[in-house]
Amino acid sequence: MTQEKASQICIVTVTGVDKVGIVAKLATVMARANINIVDINQKILEDTFVMTMAVDVAEAAIGMDKIKTHLDRVGKNMALKITIQDENIFKAMHRV
Amino acid sequence: MRISVEEVYETVRMTLDHHFDIRTVTLGINLKDCIDRDIAPLTQRVRERIVEKGQLLNRCADQIVQKYGIPITNRRVAVTPASLLLEPLPKTKATVVRFAKALDAAARKADIDFLGGFGAMVQKGTTAAEENLIDAIPEALSKTQRICGFLNLASTHAGINMNAVAKMGHILKDLADRSENGIGCAKIAVFANVPEDNPFMAGAHHGIGEPDYSLNIGISGPGVVRNIVAKNPDCDLTQLSEVIKRTVFKITRAGELIGREMAGLMGVPFGIVDISLAPTTSTGDSVAEIIEAMGVGQIGSPGSTAALALLIDAVKKGGAMASGNVGGLSGTFIPVSEDEGMIRAVRDGTLSLEKLEALTSVCSVGLDMFAVPGDTPPEIISGIIADELSIGVANNKTTSVRIIPAPGRKAGDILHFGGLLGSAPVMKVPGVSSCRFVQRRGRVPSPILSLRN
Repeated sequence: MTQEKASQICIVTVTGVDKVGIVAKLATVMARANINIVDINQKILEDTFVMTMAVDVAEAAIGMDKIKTHLDRVGKNMALKITIQDENIFKAMHRV
Repeated sequence: MRISVEEVYETVRMTLDHHFDIRTVTLGINLKDCIDRDIAPLTQRVRERIVEKGQLLNRCADQIVQKYGIPITNRRVAVTPASLLLEPLPKTKATVVRFAKALDAAARKADIDFLGGFGAMVQKGTTAAEENLIDAIPEALSKTQRICGFLNLASTHAGINMNAVAKMGHILKDLADRSENGIGCAKIAVFANVPEDNPFMAGAHHGIGEPDYSLNIGISGPGVVRNIVAKNPDCDLTQLSEVIKRTVFKITRAGELIGREMAGLMGVPFGIVDISLAPTTSTGDSVAEIIEAMGVGQIGSPGSTAALALLIDAVKKGGAMASGNVGGLSGTFIPVSEDEGMIRAVRDGTLSLEKLEALTSVCSVGLDMFAVPGDTPPEIISGIIADELSIGVANNKTTSVRIIPAPGRKAGDILHFGGLLGSAPVMKVPGVSSCRFVQRRGRVPSPILSLRN
């Protein structure tokens, strides 16, 4: 029997203009919700700042709808588009 | 390997900027076991089942949208063809209308915007109950809001039921006269070779070969395909087909995942993914604009049919690689009123009814959501239907007609339906009637290609 807890990875995507404090704000939201950040990447794509953050929501203290509300608030305050989606949608679309 | 930033960004842009969505999740529901010799117990059993499963469909769809962040635009229900359920009941219009109203009330209670299956399979002949249902269509559809009708009037195996085709000219005129701008006719499609698992309205129904329940899903991404075509302005057509295939592969995989998970959540079998490209009136979500991005000046001009054939072939190849459950219509929809590029082309005179018919010979869904003058005689409407269905019969494919004879309007007028249904320029129809052909009635025999055993 494995001792590992099942993980449920979601990808948070931030698009817009890079500025100070994006990671800090998102990390605060995640920490408060007991969500572990697994990985962070960022790039400039087609002149747009794109950051992806892989998070594990398996142990999250709040539901997806609440997480979305918090992320929407951060997005609104910082003029960014923020989405959160289960990782499997990307795996289905981009991995054969 | 973890998903890269580029891959995530591609998916996110598809939904945020290019209108990629799950156009519909449609739950097929078998109602055959509700049949009764009394209408009251029939309607009660039907109502209970539709309300229960319809509400479950909405709840599960909300959960899936939360999880995957891909919008599910419509949640719909398709049922066993109503004519079967009405077989043992009195052959009166009142019975049919009462049943339609019961379906409508159930859909409203379950918060389902459209419920399909109010129709019949009459490709070879018509039973008394089916005849009665067809006669009651104008009243039933004009007195309900959410019910959609379909009739299969032809098949490659049976030929064309010209008695029913001749009748439908009158039925559609009557239905049009009961609604503003004839919009009631948007709720009914007539078919050749209708699929039993099509999730798209108005033609959806739960065919008799289907299990008790079946969750079918329609994906749609004309905006996504248009974007990828526009990004490749100079490649040759073979390469263009490849990039379309790759894009359709991705959106089909998303549809397959969401469909399977929805079906699992609901505890019903997963049916099919319909990969049809379905346009909407939103800017950029147009099939005509894909054709134009391919290099055709305007849809309807020479080259359009070839471009559309290439597009659909690439869509099918990409979709078939992505899912073993591709089904339904799985072609490309070119409804005139719901596609900005189509509306423009008709208004500019580039796209005529005749060219539209030619386009449908390589496009699965047929003549869709187009308006004709209100004084078009029933026999000409029947002639248009017969022509379109014969394309389906002779080519062993699905074709359909959703025609709007707009009362009091003439060619060149623009009808505004609003919302999802868009607006339609009234198309010119040749004034010379073929009523003697239509009035011969009988059955157009099935083509030789039906003898395959």
